[in-house]
Amino acid sequence: MKKLLALLLVVAMLFTFAACGSAKTGSDADTDAKELTVGFIFLHDEQSTYDKNFMDAAKAACEAMNVKYVQKTQIPESKDCYDAAVELIEVNGCDIIFADSFGHESFLIDAAKKYPDVQFCHATGTQAHTAGVKNFHNAFASIYEGRYLAGVAAGMKLNEMIEAGKITADKAKMGYVGAFTFAEVISGYTSFYLGAKSVCPSVKMDVKFTGSWYDEQKEKEAAQALISGGCVLISQHADSMGAPTACETAGVPNVSYNGSTVAACPNTFIVSSRIDWTPYFKYMIECVEKGEAIATDWTGTIETGSVVLTDINTKAAAAGTAEKIAEVKAKLLDGSIKVFDTANWTEKGVKLTSYKADVDTDANFEKDTEVIEDGVFYESKHRSAPYFDIQIDGITLLDTNFG
Amino acid sequence: MTNSATIKAHREPLFHVVKRDDMPAWKAWLIRAVTIVIAFFLVGFLSMAVTGESFSATYEIMFSGVFGRLFEGRFTMLWKYLQEIAILLALALALTPAFKMKFWNCGAEGQALMGGLASIICMIELGNKLPYPVLMAVIALTSILAGAVWGIIPAIFKAIFNTNETLFTLMMNYIATQIIAYYVYLKGGGSNVINPVSEGNFPALGGNDYFINILIVTVMTVVMYIYLKYSKQGYEISVVGESQNTARYIGINVKKVIIRTMLISGALCGVTGMLLVAGKDHSININSVGGQGFTAILISWLGQFNPFIMVIMTAIVIFLRIGVAKVADTALLNSSFSEIIVGIVILMLVGCEFFIHYSIKFRHNKKEGKA
Repeated sequence: MKKLLALLLVVAMLFTFAACGSAKTGSDADTDAKELTVGFIFLHDEQSTYDKNFMDAAKAACEAMNVKYVQKTQIPESKDCYDAAVELIEVNGCDIIFADSFGHESFLIDAAKKYPDVQFCHATGTQAHTAGVKNFHNAFASIYEGRYLAGVAAGMKLNEMIEAGKITADKAKMGYVGAFTFAEVISGYTSFYLGAKSVCPSVKMDVKFTGSWYDEQKEKEAAQALISGGCVLISQHADSMGAPTACETAGVPNVSYNGSTVAACPNTFIVSSRIDWTPYFKYMIECVEKGEAIATDWTGTIETGSVVLTDINTKAAAAGTAEKIAEVKAKLLDGSIKVFDTANWTEKGVKLTSYKADVDTDANFEKDTEVIEDGVFYESKHRSAPYFDIQIDGITLLDTNFG
Repeated sequence: MTNSATIKAHREPLFHVVKRDDMPAWKAWLIRAVTIVIAFFLVGFLSMAVTGESFSATYEIMFSGVFGRLFEGRFTMLWKYLQEIAILLALALALTPAFKMKFWNCGAEGQALMGGLASIICMIELGNKLPYPVLMAVIALTSILAGAVWGIIPAIFKAIFNTNETLFTLMMNYIATQIIAYYVYLKGGGSNVINPVSEGNFPALGGNDYFINILIVTVMTVVMYIYLKYSKQGYEISVVGESQNTARYIGINVKKVIIRTMLISGALCGVTGMLLVAGKDHSININSVGGQGFTAILISWLGQFNPFIMVIMTAIVIFLRIGVAKVADTALLNSSFSEIIVGIVILMLVGCEFFIHYSIKFRHNKKEGKA
């Protein structure tokens, strides 16, 4: 009985504690109801470099535009995405909803149909230009240009290794850790490879897929397998620190993605390309503030500031990398270099003059749109999300993974 | 050398644990209630410490995360809360007969996924071909069957070869996950996502998408209570769980009971899969069940295998899961925060069960104890 009494006393004490604690109320928010509010739906949280990239941009854009924002993390690609959108609108009164993962799209479209007065923006999606839902918009960036530039840095590093006698020109093989064998990844590694090839013509590349956007162990193992398979430089399109840390341990140079990994990999990190979503977030907020329509399918470019490279790590990068990148970047901007110029690559030994890609989403994955014009494969022209899915010569896929 | 061994044998440990059955029910329940209250305070204090918000503000955020603007007459969030409870509770209900029989079914995840797979296959392949009522009946039957098959395979092996059901059911989870992954690849093509199917969805009764799910699980709860408490089969389950030898001695066919119970357990998991696919997502992926098959084990235990107590436990766990996630999102914290909090609370509840069923006896300070 004594024990019981003690227990009850403890509870009573807790109540008093709580009462003291609640004396200070800190909820001065929700006062300005007229203010614009943006709701963000993220697939994971800041541990994933992919989501962190969006989260940083959301914070930067909303603070710069002086609007309120609410975020929901760890929202799976299911009806939970729809529910999250409903919550953000009904509870937090959001005027714009943004979701960052491919699989969110259909659920977001459902929500867009239910709330026609709210604007819905979605990264990496493909359905906006055919869905016919006015308040639903897709956005992506021409990240293949950024990858191409990062590839140039990689090629420079290979050249340096060849000149230093560390490897012979025919041993210039890069490794690439990809998530899935989809257009988004294929477009990425192909542009990276073409960038490297533009400065180091003998380069070859091996690709391994992990079957997951975020799996640190698998990405690490894939990078290690590529290194032991003779790859002297690694890049990746997956979201964990697996590949960069494997490179740092093995002392193999790494071209990263989604942001700088120089803090964890001071000796091997060369440069990283990433999409900066701040310009798009500012654009969509501005449109809603002014009452203008948001573009159905928005593609960010180097010019809009959406495709950026991080600072070059001079400790790992070859001499003159910065100058060379600036030169190539200028040429990309003035149009004298096109990343997927068919003069620079072949498929099974043949130069392509015509190619139909699956641009409009349909159940049968029908190849519906001609994408090669005047000898150039125009990526991100017919819709913002990538559709380059050709296996070009010089790149060997060690495995495939469709998920 | 032998000397030290004899000395050790005489030495009494600092404390030892004794089982006790003498605690009156009201006292046990009081302890549980107090534990829950303390747990909620702990949650509040931890959130305060991490976010810097006040205690009441923390709970305000949690309430708004779970119930939304309930007091302004908006019920959207409440329905979502009930739906989350329904799914976790359905899995816990499905596991309960197996666990009561001391058959450690760790395969709710896989059994539910297989039920969901059956649903989505029917929705995609038969969606346009069958009239709606027939389609729904086919979805229900195939889902139940798929879950039951996935549950009965380990049961048969257990009954005949006495294989370890824990490992067996766990392995079946991985097989189910890979089958789903392959199906998603087949139907999702290059994008790894099956777009929601508009055929074969549960109707939105009263304008609410989740009404049918909640209704089905409510019925399941009542039926399971009656089944376990008042039916002959329910009695057989508890006897087999207490002692298989006793069961055999009083003429219960133990093998039959094991297989039959796992059939029910798997079938109910299959129903949950259907609720997830036809009643909620209208699509499927490997994370559709999202690890809830394992949380359900805890719910079943914490609920003492009593469906109505399980309702309360589920409500608490889901409240914390959604509420603390909201706190984390508001304070821009890592989402692991929610998992840590729910983990701590579950640990406290499990701990309190330990002290209800066992007592700790400390060594008495008797000087003559040492020879």
